[in-house]
Amino acid sequence: MTDPHATPERPALISPGYTSGTVTDKISEVVLKKTPRWWYAGFAVAFLLVMMLLYAIAYLFAKGVGIWGVNIPVGWGWDITNFVWWIGIGHAGTLISAILLLLRQHWRNSINRFAEAMTLFAVGCAGLYPLLHLGRPWVFYWLFPYPSTMGVWPQFRSPLVWDVFAVSTYATISFLFWFVGLIPDLATLRDRTKNPAARIIYGMLAMGWRGSARHWHNYDSAYLMLAGLATPLVVSVHSVVSFDFASGVLPGWHSTVFPPYFVAGAIYSGFAMVLTLAIPLRALFGLQDFITARHLQNMAKVMLATGLIVAYGYMIEFFLAWYGDDPYEVYMVANRALGPYAFQFWALIACNILAPQFLWIKRARSSPAFLFVIAIIVNIGMWLERFVIIVTSLHRDFLPSSWGMYHGTIWDVATFVGTLGLFAALMFLFIRFLPMISIFEMRTMLPEAKVEEEPK
Amino acid sequence: MSDERPRRYAMVIDGRACLNCKACVVACKAENDVPLGHNRIWVNQTEKGSFPFVSVQMDPGQCMQCDNPPCVRVCPTGASYIDADGIILVNPAKCIGCRYCIEACPYAARYFDEESGTVDKCTFCRHRIDAGQEPACVVTCPTKVRVFGDLDDPDSEASKLLARNRVEVRKEEAGTEPKIFYLS
Repeated sequence: MTDPHATPERPALISPGYTSGTVTDKISEVVLKKTPRWWYAGFAVAFLLVMMLLYAIAYLFAKGVGIWGVNIPVGWGWDITNFVWWIGIGHAGTLISAILLLLRQHWRNSINRFAEAMTLFAVGCAGLYPLLHLGRPWVFYWLFPYPSTMGVWPQFRSPLVWDVFAVSTYATISFLFWFVGLIPDLATLRDRTKNPAARIIYGMLAMGWRGSARHWHNYDSAYLMLAGLATPLVVSVHSVVSFDFASGVLPGWHSTVFPPYFVAGAIYSGFAMVLTLAIPLRALFGLQDFITARHLQNMAKVMLATGLIVAYGYMIEFFLAWYGDDPYEVYMVANRALGPYAFQFWALIACNILAPQFLWIKRARSSPAFLFVIAIIVNIGMWLERFVIIVTSLHRDFLPSSWGMYHGTIWDVATFVGTLGLFAALMFLFIRFLPMISIFEMRTMLPEAKVEEEPK
Repeated sequence: MSDERPRRYAMVIDGRACLNCKACVVACKAENDVPLGHNRIWVNQTEKGSFPFVSVQMDPGQCMQCDNPPCVRVCPTGASYIDADGIILVNPAKCIGCRYCIEACPYAARYFDEESGTVDKCTFCRHRIDAGQEPACVVTCPTKVRVFGDLDDPDSEASKLLARNRVEVRKEEAGTEPKIFYLS
């Protein structure tokens, strides 16, 4: 007779029947085998979009930010919306890498590598926007403290300067984390590739890794130290981004709930993007044995939890407007729900609050196709959230005489779609030339590698 | 010998005397070469009631020259600053055009100059003050709606008006401590 109180059997994190050798073969062959045809087609599309981005940027530099739909009173539009959206997407990588590592969540092992790569590329795309949106983009470096003969020095009270430090620190630590994690796998590729040029390149990048006990000891120390450094960054970077808005005295921006609400939203959108990438990748490369149903379910649960926090954030904004009875706040929430941007507001509610409720149902969480659709919906919803926060707060501020409308232009669309192309192109290059799943960490998941007792 | 102490320049506005002739707006644009499509000062006209009990209210506006200006606080390069006489200015050489100050200002008093890629605003006609003159909008107004003066000088006309009348400031609850006072 079965014990009714026993914990139900959880699906394995790696399908049975694998050995260290076959795990290594399976993951490294994605890089070492002939490039599939679909890769060329996908990369070509992404490359064309990058060309479109470059054209849009060249036109922007020639004409100025007037080609975007920004005006008075909406001086920030798609540019900062896209910045916050991309930074949010970049959030999941470090969460998976650092926090789940420190919490000993072993399911992270098969998704951390491409989640970290996704983080780097997303932060790269995000970093473009603050530079591009400047009226004089060629002097962007004035935001950095350096001994200038012109007496230029950043004003450290400005949240934009905090942004520079938060985002650049985040990008640096994320890169180091990703690269240090890659070193043992780069050595594996160096040893397995038959191409002499590739052997030299992988060899240089592997930095003389031989897998000795001393190497592993140093590796573990460095990896843990970087995880410790990266953990506060998971919270800090999007908190600082939220300060851009929270430190303004504008209704709809001036809110103490913004930092936790933004961090939860960032994790929400980050996991949505991980699912958006993981589901097609596992199907295309036949990696269902490594990125299993349990991984997808766990990510769906994280999305559900952070989605509920985000929903709470939306509700508390309305509640505090009503409870505080500040006429400007009351008008701001009424304008969001019933004003000229009501469609975008209700679309974001549908995308971010209603759609993820399906994830309560196990059958929904177990269907990769359904999860993929939900992840895309959440990605759209999170973009709309940032648009609504920025534009609806600005377009009707304190003075009715300065009210106005904002509409993005074709150049806004071209720049945004261009950065999607840049992100996709970088991802295509990454999956082609580097192991998208951590080979050595997957080997530690095998039964034969278990040297410690499973927690009871 | 001239008095070199710092001033505390402010303006008192009597909207009741305003005809909405917009001479101040035109004078400002001409004096400061304000680009097409932008204004540093403006006059809002609000109609109240319904016929035959109708009233019209004129509300001249501009940069409030706050003592606690959010625009200066958020500027990442220090291009926006408060000068020795309490006037909020933008140093165009240091402005990178991020437009954060435009978003931070609760009075929508700043604009983005597409030609230069920088932000600009009312300077109280700093160049005229340096030459011992009043701002262009003040000297142009045919009904003396705008009265300019030093709040630290009890004999200035602005100080006297503030001492004699009830005044209000815009968005007092935002804590910006504006130095444009409206006779109420």
